[in-house]
Amino acid sequence: MIHVEKLTKFYGSFCAVDQIDLDVSRGEITGLLGPNGAGKTTTLRMLTGYLVPTSGSIRIKDLSLGDDALAVKRLIGYLPESAPLYHNILVYDYLDYIARVRGLDGTRKAGRIHELVDICGLSGIMHKNIGELSKGLRQRVGLAHAMMGDPEILVLDEPTSGLDPNQIVEIRDIIRAFGREKTIILSTHILSEAEATCDRIVIIDKGKIVADGSTESLKQGAGEERTIHLTLLHADFDTASRTLSALDGVSRVERMDAPDSGELRLKIFAGGPDRLRERIYACVKQTDWIMVEFTQEGKSLEKIFRDLTREV
Amino acid sequence: MTRTLQIFKKELKDYFVSPIAYIVICIFLLITGWFFFSTFFIFNQANLRTFFTLLPLTFSFVIPAVTMRLFSEELHSGSYEMLLTLPVRLGDIVLGKFLAGAAFAAIMLAPTLVYALSISFIGDLDWGPVAGGYIGAVLLGAAYSAVGVFASSLTKNQIVAFITGMVICFALTLFDKVVFFFPPQVVDVFTQIAAGYHFENISKGILDSRDVLYFASVIFAFLYGAHLVMQEKR
Repeated sequence: MIHVEKLTKFYGSFCAVDQIDLDVSRGEITGLLGPNGAGKTTTLRMLTGYLVPTSGSIRIKDLSLGDDALAVKRLIGYLPESAPLYHNILVYDYLDYIARVRGLDGTRKAGRIHELVDICGLSGIMHKNIGELSKGLRQRVGLAHAMMGDPEILVLDEPTSGLDPNQIVEIRDIIRAFGREKTIILSTHILSEAEATCDRIVIIDKGKIVADGSTESLKQGAGEERTIHLTLLHADFDTASRTLSALDGVSRVERMDAPDSGELRLKIFAGGPDRLRERIYACVKQTDWIMVEFTQEGKSLEKIFRDLTREV
Repeated sequence: MTRTLQIFKKELKDYFVSPIAYIVICIFLLITGWFFFSTFFIFNQANLRTFFTLLPLTFSFVIPAVTMRLFSEELHSGSYEMLLTLPVRLGDIVLGKFLAGAAFAAIMLAPTLVYALSISFIGDLDWGPVAGGYIGAVLLGAAYSAVGVFASSLTKNQIVAFITGMVICFALTLFDKVVFFFPPQVVDVFTQIAAGYHFENISKGILDSRDVLYFASVIFAFLYGAHLVMQEKR
């Protein structure tokens, strides 16, 4: 659906996006993840035809963005960061204008606006001035703007930034519903966001792609080191540490501060063979310790993200 | 074409939903009306010559005030990004915005037709120069709108856009008035560049293709300039 090859963008001598290759297939929700200034927004702006790449090519379906810009823009709906809409216009007038510019007319226009009002939940605010809307509502109008032409590809730049948790869930639901049939690319630096909405995650840092894959594969691929949390009653640190360290695969045992006296909280760093938890359990069972908490912390997306994008 | 038309309609409507349009029109009518009628009964002649003589100067600061927001506002708020990623060409946007500015100038001129009408009741008005004057005024308004669109495309600050536009418009108006400062070899060139000179020709009632061509070239040159500036920003 989207084929990007060696995409590069220079701002003066600063390289914002450096030879990115990316393929997105139909029906995929792709999350572009990266720290601030990594080149996410620049990449999206080039995909939507707002910026002209310094070099490299973008093909959408069989069209090249350079030669058939108008046809490509018809296929794409785009919501820039923080929805920079006009201020002095009513919501209805704005949607009407966008529909007309997109070439809808008469009953088709009315029908489409009606659908979008339902999808984006705009029914109560059609007569309001966009400048008076809250951020969350403005974001919804922005989504309606992006979806007006019934685009095959939806590009969203930080669709949930600055929204409260309820609004985030609402926007996420709209995106999910839309993404069932359509291709979506969204950028974010909130990891839980990407995890909750995206099928595939592309991590960008300093203009380069540093990781690309489904949420699960990213987690597994980087999941060699595990951390296990264990809280025991009636145990002293020295004995417990010695016993647990003797187990095959445990590299280190650390004590954590326990607010309640009598509880011993341990952090076990492990690598190597699996089924370690079974053996830890068996080991604890032989003693008279009481196990009150026992969890394994998978390598979270946060950790992967930090490892990949850390300043060296 | 429909895209240009939609942008034109939206921009023109924008003028009239905010108080700016009415304020600018009032200021324009006050200034032109006062300067015209303050000397009208002293000269005791039934024509609109004073009105048309002053028009290029008045337009020089009124029209940049009208057009300053066309691009600057969008660049400032970022809505330009949403506009440009709609299926429209940059040319459609520039043309639509220019037409809105030019149409506003024409709308602003319309109430001054009352001057001509009221004079025709009290004296023997020659309609030739009046018609010529209005055709010239519309052309002049369009040309200065193109200048304003260009100035607006340069910056996201509306005040800077206004001042830039005003400076260019004043220069175009006054070129032929200050030629005696220049060496005689270039006098003719400077006179030909001046919008004031061509406007005077038309407002005498002589519709010469050279003058019309001049205004068309100014419009084209500045719109093309705005197009290049916006292209460069990408």
